Amino acid sequence: MTALNLATQNGHCAQAANIALSPLAIRGLTVSYGEKPAIFSVDMTVQPGSMTAIIGPNGAGKSTLLKAALGIIRPLSGHVTVFGQPLDSQRGRIAYVPQRASVDWDFPTTVLDVVLMGLYRELGLLRMVRGEHRQTAAEALERVGMSDFANRQIGQLSGGQQQRVFLARALAQKADIYLLDEPFAGVDAATEKAIIAVLKSLKAEGKTVIAVHHDLATVEQYFDHAFLINTRPIAEGTVAEAFTAETLQAAYGGRLATAQIDRLSQAG
Amino acid sequence: MLLEALTLQLGYNATLVAIGAMLLGIAAGVTGTFLFLRKRALVSDAISHATLPGVGLAFIVMVWFGMDGRSLIGLLIGSALSAWVGLLCVQWLSNRTRLSEDSAIGAVLSVFFGAGVVLLTVIQGMSAGRQAGLDSLLLGSTAGMLFSDAILIAVGGALVLALTLVLRRPMSLVAFDSDYAAASGLNVARIDLATMGLVLAVTVVGLKIVGLILIVALLIIPPVTARFWTERTERVWLIAGGLGGLSGYVGAAISASAPALPTGPIIVLVAFGLFVLSLLFSPARGVLSSVLTHLQYRRSVHRRQGLLALAQGQPIYEGYTLRLLQREGLARADGVATEEGQARAAKALLDEKRWEILRGLQAHKATAARYDGLTNLETILTKDQLRDLDTRIAAPREVTP
Repeated sequence: MTALNLATQNGHCAQAANIALSPLAIRGLTVSYGEKPAIFSVDMTVQPGSMTAIIGPNGAGKSTLLKAALGIIRPLSGHVTVFGQPLDSQRGRIAYVPQRASVDWDFPTTVLDVVLMGLYRELGLLRMVRGEHRQTAAEALERVGMSDFANRQIGQLSGGQQQRVFLARALAQKADIYLLDEPFAGVDAATEKAIIAVLKSLKAEGKTVIAVHHDLATVEQYFDHAFLINTRPIAEGTVAEAFTAETLQAAYGGRLATAQIDRLSQAG
Repeated sequence: MLLEALTLQLGYNATLVAIGAMLLGIAAGVTGTFLFLRKRALVSDAISHATLPGVGLAFIVMVWFGMDGRSLIGLLIGSALSAWVGLLCVQWLSNRTRLSEDSAIGAVLSVFFGAGVVLLTVIQGMSAGRQAGLDSLLLGSTAGMLFSDAILIAVGGALVLALTLVLRRPMSLVAFDSDYAAASGLNVARIDLATMGLVLAVTVVGLKIVGLILIVALLIIPPVTARFWTERTERVWLIAGGLGGLSGYVGAAISASAPALPTGPIIVLVAFGLFVLSLLFSPARGVLSSVLTHLQYRRSVHRRQGLLALAQGQPIYEGYTLRLLQREGLARADGVATEEGQARAAKALLDEKRWEILRGLQAHKATAARYDGLTNLETILTKDQLRDLDTRIAAPREVTP
């Protein structure tokens, strides 16, 4: 009896320490549109300095998980901590890269102005945009290889270029955690390479990267951690632990081509 | 007469109205920009129609307490309150029920306006209401404008303008990318409500001059017009403010220059005139320039196809292509190339061959992506690179090293 209590207590301590250290810890997060939950009771503990892929079939709630974690959608229940602190006190440490298709690209704004939006928290309502801010934005554009496009209207860009501009806006925030919603969807091969290079360099700087990812073929190559979800959380851990034939079967059910699972089980 | 009106020489009332209308136009243009960018232009229509019951109720309440029911400030406060209720109804219907925002707007607009008309009819029957003239707030009326009215409009307009400029950064951010704005810690719902609150304030301030039915035009037409001239948010609101002010001033002057010209509708027509000019003649987004660009593009496609046909000795079937080549002195009526035509055709064919070789070369991958069937490689590559391509054309076997 005593031994059991002690064990539970130790377990609690370890979990509390995990949450305090984790760049993003999610507990019991449920979001529902109407009466049907989009995600149900999701726990997720992101490891510091990791690159985590959020994987699951269409409609599994991957984007919803990101949005609810950031407070963009109000969850029905659950709570989120960032380095053990409440989300709202840590907003400045998180950068979000939404899906490219979520905005109107005919909006009257230039590439540089979009990147400067990343400095909103610093600029606030009234502070003037100064040379140092433009410098930060220019460096972010340089890092994604878009310096030549600074003064273009955003509608003139290709899909891949638009995605890079969104990434540059997040980089300008100089955050510690980067959450990306399908950064590789519909982009050209050159952009995919450029983006993954930037994400790996962020990881090398000790930052944490979390991305909704669609392409199962590149998970092992791009990421070190994986989180599988299909409304409910399926598996979490290093890619070797969580991205296996069994977990994929559990997440995708019959929808995943057996060939893909076979390939993975052979590799494993 | 118009010149005198434009130089403010038509007397006291006309001057008050012109300056008031200009300030209102500036405030409406700038505030309307953020409504337009947020793609919620029609909400302002619901807001403006929802002012009417407030006007009627304010009149009744003021008469009840023995005051002059026509006091402008009292009527404006009443209209603001009922417009706010209308706005909350639209928000609630579209957020909490299955109605979409456009149905919510339609419902609120018509019900509030109907209730307002009923109240106005009731007031007509009251002994104090016979000369109330409240219906002048429907389309605006500047004939009896007082100095205090003008001050009210000027101060109100300036206040709205100042608040809009303070909030322009969060409003632009929410309009462009509301998810990102929320992730940055902005309260999107509150920013939206602030935008609508500013629109409401402009509407109320504008009741006296343009009236509740036409104020939407002053909120929407200037930003839409400004969008034709710039690709930057900061300039859209700047230009929209300028165009709104210009419309207000010129419209008021025109209506003062002749008897029986209503101020509000003339202001709206001036704004519309500026819109039509921009729609037609804007260099980047105008109708004329896009037609010209398209025609030019069509011409170069046909020219290129015709020249390639000439070079390869194929007949030209399409009438337009043949006429084009003829007009430019490249071919005769029977489809045979002129001397210049032969030279140009040979060049076009060479260019096409160069592109073909280039597409097969790994080193030129980036350039190959720029192929559009029209761009001459000579304008992209250096002389040395072209020479290299030409040697490959001459000796095709060297292509795969």
